[in-house]
Amino acid sequence: MKPDNLRFAKTHEWVAVDGDIATIGVSEFAVKLLTDIVYLSLPAVGKRFSPGESMGEIESVKAVSEIYAPVQGEVIAINEQLPDSLTLLNDSPYDKAWILKLRMTDSSQVDGLLRYAEYQKHCESATH
Amino acid sequence: MAYLFDTPEQRQQMLDAIGIQHVDDLFTQIPTELQLKRELNLPPAVSELELQQEMERRLGQGGTSQKTCFLGGGVYDHFIPAVVDEITSRGEFYTAYTPYQAEASQGTLQAFYEYQTLISQLTGMDVSNASLYEGGTAVSEAVFMAMRINGRHQKVAFAGTLHPEYKRVLETYFARLGTQLVELPHSNGIIDPEICRATLDAETTALVIQQPNFFGCLEDVAALTTIAHEAGALSILAFDAVSPGLLKKPADYDVDIAVAEGQPLGTPLQYGGPLLGIFTCRNEYVRKMPGRLIGKTTDRKGKDCFALNLQAREQHIRRDKATSNICTNQGLLALRTTVFLATIGPRGLKQMATLSHQKARYAADLLTKIPGVRLKFPQPFFREFLLQTPKPATEVIAALGDKGINVGPDLVRFKMTNVDGWQNCFLVALTEKRTRAEIETLAEALKEVVTC
Amino acid sequence: MRNQIATQLLFEMSKAGRGTIVFPESDVPDVTSLPTISAAHLATEMLPLPEIAEPDVVRHFVNLSTLNMSVDSHFYPLGSCTMKYNPKRHERLARLPQAATSHPYQPENQVQGLLSILFEMQTMLAEISGLPGVSLHPAAGAQGEFTALLTAAAYFKDRGENRTRVLFPASAHGTNPASAALAGFECVQLAASKNGFVDLEQLKSQLDDRTAVFMVTNPNTLGLFEREIAKVADMLHSVGGLVYIDGANMNAILGKTRPGDFGGDMMHYNVHKTFTGPHGAGGPGAGPIAVRDFLAPFLPAPIVHYDAGKDWYSLSTPAKSIGQVRTFFGNVGILLRGYFYIRTLGGKGLREASENAVLNANYLLSQVKDFLDVPHGDRCMHEFVASARRIKEQTGVTTMDIAKRLLDYGFHAPTVYFPLVVEEAMMFEPTETESLQTLDAFATALRTICSEPPDLVKAAPHTTAVCRPDEVNAARKPVLCWSATEC
Repeated sequence: MKPDNLRFAKTHEWVAVDGDIATIGVSEFAVKLLTDIVYLSLPAVGKRFSPGESMGEIESVKAVSEIYAPVQGEVIAINEQLPDSLTLLNDSPYDKAWILKLRMTDSSQVDGLLRYAEYQKHCESATH
Repeated sequence: MAYLFDTPEQRQQMLDAIGIQHVDDLFTQIPTELQLKRELNLPPAVSELELQQEMERRLGQGGTSQKTCFLGGGVYDHFIPAVVDEITSRGEFYTAYTPYQAEASQGTLQAFYEYQTLISQLTGMDVSNASLYEGGTAVSEAVFMAMRINGRHQKVAFAGTLHPEYKRVLETYFARLGTQLVELPHSNGIIDPEICRATLDAETTALVIQQPNFFGCLEDVAALTTIAHEAGALSILAFDAVSPGLLKKPADYDVDIAVAEGQPLGTPLQYGGPLLGIFTCRNEYVRKMPGRLIGKTTDRKGKDCFALNLQAREQHIRRDKATSNICTNQGLLALRTTVFLATIGPRGLKQMATLSHQKARYAADLLTKIPGVRLKFPQPFFREFLLQTPKPATEVIAALGDKGINVGPDLVRFKMTNVDGWQNCFLVALTEKRTRAEIETLAEALKEVVTC
Repeated sequence: MRNQIATQLLFEMSKAGRGTIVFPESDVPDVTSLPTISAAHLATEMLPLPEIAEPDVVRHFVNLSTLNMSVDSHFYPLGSCTMKYNPKRHERLARLPQAATSHPYQPENQVQGLLSILFEMQTMLAEISGLPGVSLHPAAGAQGEFTALLTAAAYFKDRGENRTRVLFPASAHGTNPASAALAGFECVQLAASKNGFVDLEQLKSQLDDRTAVFMVTNPNTLGLFEREIAKVADMLHSVGGLVYIDGANMNAILGKTRPGDFGGDMMHYNVHKTFTGPHGAGGPGAGPIAVRDFLAPFLPAPIVHYDAGKDWYSLSTPAKSIGQVRTFFGNVGILLRGYFYIRTLGGKGLREASENAVLNANYLLSQVKDFLDVPHGDRCMHEFVASARRIKEQTGVTTMDIAKRLLDYGFHAPTVYFPLVVEEAMMFEPTETESLQTLDAFATALRTICSEPPDLVKAAPHTTAVCRPDEVNAARKPVLCWSATEC
């Protein structure tokens, strides 16, 4: 998947939309900030989240970051291979390293998320 | 006498390099109105000789060198082989810093890795951390960890036979957090599993039990753990650090988190601190553990080495979301325990536990032959037991103290009203150090005190 | 020259049947009249602890000790740690019988000597801080912070005030927010200001009747004295909040100013920093706290009380005490070492210690500022923060690389990557117990390293036993314990 077709939360999660299913991952920028990822904790299938709620954690040697729900929904799938192949986050952050899929309660919530260009600008201003 | 170095010439050199006239110029950073305009009002400095003489006068007598110690209640007068003091008084160990720079700390790191392994072997549990402050906070930290694991924050159940200071620490830690602490009443000195079953529910985070318990009695930890697990709660066990030398290890009971006061394994009493908080748990919970963890890894050249591991959980990185606020822990005491266990080995620990137990039985036998003196709870005990006498405990303790023997603690100091006749009860604890002669002297002295 | 066999793991050295006899046979007869322990509770096998003969134990640990840097062997300019000399006289004194072997439940009449010393320690710490209510109870600085926050919370509750927020600057030590979270408060972090000081405008914007405490280190973690601290205190007090001073940096201001005099309402001491408690490779420490008299009734128990009429010391519980945060009295062994130090120095000596600590830090600053960025100016208190940002931009050499290369020159690295508000931070705290020669040699080594070939520095350290442990792999697959199946 190309980032241009994705939406982004300010907290660095990306969202790919297909009907009422949102596929979620973390951006390349976030992965670079964390450097080597050592651990990923995923929620259970069936769990529901409100926007902004923490769904799991991504850990590097130097930091632990929460993965926040960008929209409201119920977890219908998690990428079970990812915790054992964390380097996918570096190699293919927008594709093979998808983290989970949510069935959205209200797909219009995606409209509130940033487009790629806006997200990139947000990242630039955050580092200065 | 501040252990300073520099001569007036060198001082001038430094002032010149900085570009000032006088050291006071460096303190202009402090607004004048905040500066202390007088010397601190403290006793005038004393020389090493004077201090030594004064301290010998004030601290040179006392402790277990003067009174035979039958005191219990979490810390005990155990023997410490000379090797432990020798090794841990090496400056390379005790003046070293926390091993953040692994290359400068392989001695410390390997010793702590060995400590973690030894504690794991002692308890049968999968993983140990590199120490917490002492037994009381270890219990509280275990409860916080249980909350992180099962997400339940409402209710924590604990045995009424838990050390009253552990209970007080739990109450202090959880007072503000809206957690209900539910005490399981004891039945004749131990916890009845049916009462436990009736109390635990789907909101209970964890069950905290102690083995042997505060009264010295043995609990049915296996049954209580099963009940906890059936309710979806975690089983937290506070165990006597010496007990695995004779009794079942925490892991044999299938508990989830096992903690202990590690003082008996090589740390002197020191009026109660610094001590050693032992903390162990199942492997699957390792990322939720408080405290430091040392891990084995390889370096750039492929060589085996040791380093601090999983630091991302700790306060210096995770800050308000850390698994604990602990920074400085009890490094040197963990080292003492490592050297201690390496020196006495498994047979030594078995002897320590067996001797403590046999001497406790002998003492209980002699003491309960005194008219009016009885074992409060007719339960099997490990190394400590609760005695009830016809006279108030405070009187008995004071009278024995005057005869050069210390027993206790009593229940009065904790206001443990959940024991019938609590004002007349006190603990008697035995270790491998107590000789037959000392035990017999205690029996004679107690007989005199209660029958006069 | 390294002894390979002695530095194996204990478990690799273990051989069945080896060991040392430490205990005698039992001298008591068996007892049949009491209930026995049932088989369900008895161990059925020997613990798998290693079996090692005593000479091997000694050789093992002596060799391990040689793999360490320590204050006794090296200069250790770790900022915020105060790695000053650990006087040997304290070790001898701490072994005196009443100090080393008293059981915490011994009757008071048997520990009057010890209690009198602990009482004096309470008094001395009150004088040094300017805050009269002292508790020696907390086991370390972080526990001191937590204890003080609980004390403040109890105070507010007693007044019927519901205050939920604790504020602190971004430069705060991680234990500050961690302790506040543990105490059940909401943590509010103030962003760093450009000049390194507390941003008064930001602070003002966050103050309201939910504010409980503002936690601040002074001198702050950049080594600068917060000049406006009195104003900060006024601002907090005007909304009914309290100021907590993190006392980690007390070594800069002993006898020069006092937290109680510049507006602090509560503080903790790190006895293992300021008062020479040995660092022990990660503790033990002691974190006594000092508070204003209106907070004293809420302090944890026990406190040492002196009855002048009877000339008697006893343990007492403050009227509205929060309880206990740990078992027994406190880390007495470490408190005693702090006491011995204060008695050795007296008021004048403590002041001289601070003056020289600040002098040494400023001298070191003057020697490194031409090749390292020192973002916050030419003057500091007892420590300063430099940055390797420019060096990183020009050569790719980072603070971590420089830190590792210093080990080759026989110096322990400074504190790195703290505080978080300075990029590629290096914090230097020489302390007062170092000579001009040591400082010069250190500055020279740093200067040399900063102009060495980058590849040499990036591959450092070259002369230590190991080089750059793989922390990533360690965190991915933690190995925290030796097991018999390992080879």
